[in-house]
Amino acid sequence: MSYRHVVGPRTFVFADLAELMAKASPPRSGDRLAGLAAESAEECVAARWCLAAVPLAEILARPLIPYESDDVTRLILDTHDATAFRRIAHLTVGDFREFLLTATPDTLAAIAPGVTPEIAAAVSKIMRNQDLILVARKARVVTRLRNTIGLPGTLAVRLQPNHPSDDPAGITAAILDGLSYGCGDACIGINPVSDSVQGLTGLLHLLAEMIDRFAIPTQACVLTHVTTTLEAMNRGVPVDLVFQSVAGTQAANASFGVTLPLLREAHEAALALQRGTVGDNVMYFETGQGSALSADAHHGIDQQTLEARAYAVAHAFRPLLVNTVVGFIGPEYLYDGKEIIRAGLEDHFCGKLMGVPLGVDVCYTNHAEADQDDMDTLLTLLGAAGVTYVMGVPGADDVMLNYQSTSFHDQLYLREAMGLRRAPEFAEWLARIGLTDASGALLPGGGAPLLAGLAA
Amino acid sequence: MSRDDDSAADDPAAAWRRLAALTPARIALGRAGSGLPTREVLRFGLAHAQARDAVHTPLDAAAVRAGIAALGFDTLAAASAAPDRATYLRRPDLGRRLDEASAAALAAAAGEPVDLALVVADGLSARAVHEGAVPLLSALKPALAGSGWRLTPVVVATQGRVALGDAVGTLLKARAVAVLIGERPGLSSPDSLGIYLTFDPRPGRNDAERNCLSNVRAAGLKPDLAAFKLHWLIGQALTRRLTGVALKDESDRLLEGPEGRGMVPDRR
Repeated sequence: MSYRHVVGPRTFVFADLAELMAKASPPRSGDRLAGLAAESAEECVAARWCLAAVPLAEILARPLIPYESDDVTRLILDTHDATAFRRIAHLTVGDFREFLLTATPDTLAAIAPGVTPEIAAAVSKIMRNQDLILVARKARVVTRLRNTIGLPGTLAVRLQPNHPSDDPAGITAAILDGLSYGCGDACIGINPVSDSVQGLTGLLHLLAEMIDRFAIPTQACVLTHVTTTLEAMNRGVPVDLVFQSVAGTQAANASFGVTLPLLREAHEAALALQRGTVGDNVMYFETGQGSALSADAHHGIDQQTLEARAYAVAHAFRPLLVNTVVGFIGPEYLYDGKEIIRAGLEDHFCGKLMGVPLGVDVCYTNHAEADQDDMDTLLTLLGAAGVTYVMGVPGADDVMLNYQSTSFHDQLYLREAMGLRRAPEFAEWLARIGLTDASGALLPGGGAPLLAGLAA
Repeated sequence: MSRDDDSAADDPAAAWRRLAALTPARIALGRAGSGLPTREVLRFGLAHAQARDAVHTPLDAAAVRAGIAALGFDTLAAASAAPDRATYLRRPDLGRRLDEASAAALAAAAGEPVDLALVVADGLSARAVHEGAVPLLSALKPALAGSGWRLTPVVVATQGRVALGDAVGTLLKARAVAVLIGERPGLSSPDSLGIYLTFDPRPGRNDAERNCLSNVRAAGLKPDLAAFKLHWLIGQALTRRLTGVALKDESDRLLEGPEGRGMVPDRR
């Protein structure tokens, strides 16, 4: 079914819903690379007028990728909650935007199981950045393993102590530095150079020993392929969180070497270890716009809609943490600071609307048209939007992955500017060992309690 | 515990200095309130500026060709189908293809089939090429001369991606192609050269079908050692008729075995 919109003497025609959604997308290089973007600014806005009039029920009824040929589509439709959808079934995309702006947090939580990724993506395309911030701020998602992440007024941080050769002493030094800034409540998560089970085992023991030594209420993760983590679990290695990169189509997931049954197997194995203390959310997923296109698995669908579909994959496994790595993939997908900022807000909004605990790796590469000021802007906007967590990378410079993310200092900035607290169990621990005062402010002394603990 | 550790707790600054020496990561930076000390803001700014300049400085192809010619190589110029840097960054597909004029010129220059095509391309760091291409080729030259392989002229290409070598290798009828290309600059490595070797180059080859030597620069994999490894890989590729995941770089065995002593002047 085609869609059309008349602007003065011109009639814009869009062949189907996929084309309509792609052309309604705010401009970005990845959609142009795929040949899906609107050909003029006017066509983009005509597509948004058209999209605003499309009933949500029609989006639900017309899967962009056929049910028969894609297991992510099947997952979305098979787990769709018709009862939750009933409250919004009569709305168009344009009505839905207004509904969201007036909805209470409880209402947003109630409709979340009825919001498909395509519905979330569609409405995001006609929302301004301020709309994405205000609505996401109301959509809280709380998860637990050894602490409580996502409570209103809190921000968590993944401590990311990467090292170019996985050197245990170098990683330990970066962890101590990060803890001294009060980072690490989301997790202490290493991107390893090596994908071997032996390498993984050594790093997981290092992290478990560190968490035990200081009795830190947090969880460890080594971000390696799910099959490697499964093998480690089979060998009795302590695994708190299972990590995997996921995407929004079956074919893109296949390019990552991942299937839904494989994720299910890993989820069940991690649950069986019962390593949580206050909850049992044991999965950690990363996503990012452009991954399906780069795997040549995009089905002619715009990259932001596919990104929202990745959150449906994540959601199925009750994750503790999910983050978009928004500026990592490069300028052929998100060209500059403006595109990265927009994508970060869209991703966060779509995830939260669908009930996913979305964090954002606010980041860029050196060949993107972006810099620290752009990251400050996105970080501040995400703080206003109630982002679940961000990364803590020493000095914002990841010396293993060669990109720039947010730093230990950046999270201090955001806490001070917005009054954001840490996960409560972690905050209590920091105060108990003498790194912060009762209000969460860092105490002077250069992390002396950690150095003393190391020497003990 | 040792006295050293006891004193560490007494003198946090000294302890953090020792910890900072364990990693190239930017730890123990200090803070001014919630922010970085001014020194660190500026230090980061300089590193980012150098990386940005590496990406956006145009390749001085004439100077690079002159430097390579001075080593005794013939050279040819080529350009990808990406007309400028902004297009190059947005359209990786164009950087993998030759523009029409270059394709015609290379086709005209092609002679009998040869063993190896050499391509030097700006990639994402012209600085890496400006500083690293001549030292690498200089180190490689004696080994190439001794091998008896038939070579193409060195093709110096602008706005090129790795896969541009596949197009060059095809047109010049080369059994293998080695592409020396500026890598995506890291914050502390704006000058890193990558070398990609592909047997039987043709459009559509993927990265799993190539061998890569990465981080070739004065502070990384030094040119002499990189040239030694590349020469070894070329020999293996031409003999075993393959590159990629099935060909592992085992050149270190030669270096470490008794027969390898003295083959490389400086392995640091």
